[in-house]
Amino acid sequence: MSSERPPIKFRTEDLDFYYGPTRALKNVTIDCYDKKVTAIIGPSGCGKSTFIRTLNRMNDVIAGTRVEGRILLDGQDVYAPDVDVVELRRRVGMVFQKPNPFPKSIYDNIAYGLRINGMRDKKAVEATVEKSLRGAALWDEVMDRLDENAFALSGGQQQRLCIARALAVEPEVILFDEPCSAIDPIATAKVEDLIEHLKTSYTVVIVTHNMQQAARVSDYTAFMMLGELVEFDATEKIFTNPANKLTEDYITGRFG
Amino acid sequence: MTRANQKKIVQFAGFLSLRLAVVLVLAILVLFLYDIIKKGGGVISWEFLTTAPRKGMTQGGIFPAIVGTFFVTLITAVLAIPLGMCAAIYLNEYAWQNVLTRLIRLSIRNLSGVPSIVYGLFGVILFVNALKFGTSILSAGLTLGLMTLPWTITASEEALKAIPNSYREGALALGATKWQMIRTNVLPYAVPGMLTGTVLGLARAAGETAPIMFTGAAFFLPYLPKSLSDQFMALPYHLYIMSTQHHAILQVRPIAYGTALVLIAFVLGLNMTAVILRYRLRRKYR
Repeated sequence: MSSERPPIKFRTEDLDFYYGPTRALKNVTIDCYDKKVTAIIGPSGCGKSTFIRTLNRMNDVIAGTRVEGRILLDGQDVYAPDVDVVELRRRVGMVFQKPNPFPKSIYDNIAYGLRINGMRDKKAVEATVEKSLRGAALWDEVMDRLDENAFALSGGQQQRLCIARALAVEPEVILFDEPCSAIDPIATAKVEDLIEHLKTSYTVVIVTHNMQQAARVSDYTAFMMLGELVEFDATEKIFTNPANKLTEDYITGRFG
Repeated sequence: MTRANQKKIVQFAGFLSLRLAVVLVLAILVLFLYDIIKKGGGVISWEFLTTAPRKGMTQGGIFPAIVGTFFVTLITAVLAIPLGMCAAIYLNEYAWQNVLTRLIRLSIRNLSGVPSIVYGLFGVILFVNALKFGTSILSAGLTLGLMTLPWTITASEEALKAIPNSYREGALALGATKWQMIRTNVLPYAVPGMLTGTVLGLARAAGETAPIMFTGAAFFLPYLPKSLSDQFMALPYHLYIMSTQHHAILQVRPIAYGTALVLIAFVLGLNMTAVILRYRLRRKYR
C-alpha cells in the first residue's frame, strides 16, 4: 500500500508534547502527504489541536511547553535551532477555530500578510488580494465592498476571509483547526468545497470534531485518543474497515 | 406570602439599595461642586485667569499657577506616558508569565498605593539632591512622573489584555515577527485604551500637592518659569497656601475657592479627554 502513496510533506516522528508536566501528545507518528487532505479526528481533549499547532510552532507562544521527537517539513526538522520560525509560519498557514478577522477593512485583512512580508508594490498587493479572495470563493460576494470592515461579514464569510488571508502569503501547507465549528451548515458546505479545491495546490491538514466532515473532505484520516495516535490510514479504509476496535467504536458513534 | 411575591420584594429591596447608593454618591458630588462654584465662581474673571497675584497675593489672578500646573503636567506626561507604555508592552507581550513577572506586577500595584508625600521626599533625594536638578519644575515633573508610572503601566497592561489573542495568533500565523505583530496588530487597537488610563493618571498627578511642595513648587513667584531649572507656582500648592498658610486667610478665601474651581476644571478637562478617547476607541473597533 505504501508504495502508491504520494510524497510526504509533513512527517511527525514520535512526537511528544508537554504542557508543563502534563503530556498532551504521546509518540505521535503521522505522515501528511503532499497535496492531500489529512484529517485528524478524535474526542475532545485528545490532543488534535495541540498536534496541529505544533506543525507551525504556534505552541511556542505558550509558556512552559516542551516538544520531544521530530517534525519534518520536506525532510527538515522544524524545531531545529537554525529554523526561522517566522518563515516556517509563512510556509505553513493556519485557519483557526473561530473566524478571527482583524478589525480592518476586508482589503486590509488580506493585504496584511503581504505587507508584513515586505510586499510594497500597490499593484501587486491589489492583484494578490483579488487572487486570494477568488481562491477562497469570496470575491464575488465582497468585490464591491472591499473597504468595509471585515466584522460586517457573516461568520461563514469571515472564515473564508481568513482562508483568503492565509492563501495570500502563498503557503505550501494550510492547517485548519476545526474551521467549521463556529459557522452554520451552509457556510460549512462552502468551506468544505473550498478545502476540496485547495488540495490541488496545497497540502491540507484539518482537525475536525465532525466525522462526516472528515469522511467528506479528507484523503487520509488519523484517529487520536488521549494524546495517542490510535490509527492512521486512507480515509476510505478508516471509515469502512478500521483496523482498531476503538476507531470503529468512535466512528460508529458508540462514544465520543 | 407566596414565594413569588417574596422573590419580588427581595429584588425590589436589592435594587432600591443600589439606587440609593448611586443617589448618595451623586448628591455628595453635586453638593461639593455647588459649594465650590458658589464660593469661587464670583472671582473667576478674565483678569483672574490671566494675571499674576498682587499685593501679597490678596489681589490679582492665578495665571502663574495655571501655567505652572500645565507645564509640570506636561513634564509628567513626557516621562510617564512613553516609559509606562513601553514597560506595559514588555510585561504583557514579551516577558514570560512566571513568578518573577508576577512579583514585578505586584510591586507595581503596591507602588501605586504609596502615599504621595513619600514620592515627594524620594524626589528630593533623587532629583533635587543626587541628580542636582535643584528645586525646579523639572524635579517636580519627574517626581510626579514617577508617581504616575505605576498607574500608567497598570492601565496600559489592562488595555493590552483587552486585545483578543486571536489578533496576535492570526498575525503570527501569517509569518509576522513578534515585533511586527505587536506594532501592526496589537498597538493600533490598544493605544487609545492605554492613553485613556494614562490620562486619568495624569489628571490625578495634576492635582497633587505633596510631591511638588519640596521639589519645585514656589510659594509665590513674580515671574513665570523660563527654563526647566526654574521654580514654579502650581494650582494645588497655591490652593494649599491660600487656604492654610496665608497671613490674611479670610480675606483670600474667595481666591482659594476660585483656585479650587480652576483646578477642578483642569482635572475635569483631562478626564473628559480620556472619556472622548475611549468613546472613539469603542466606535472604531467594536
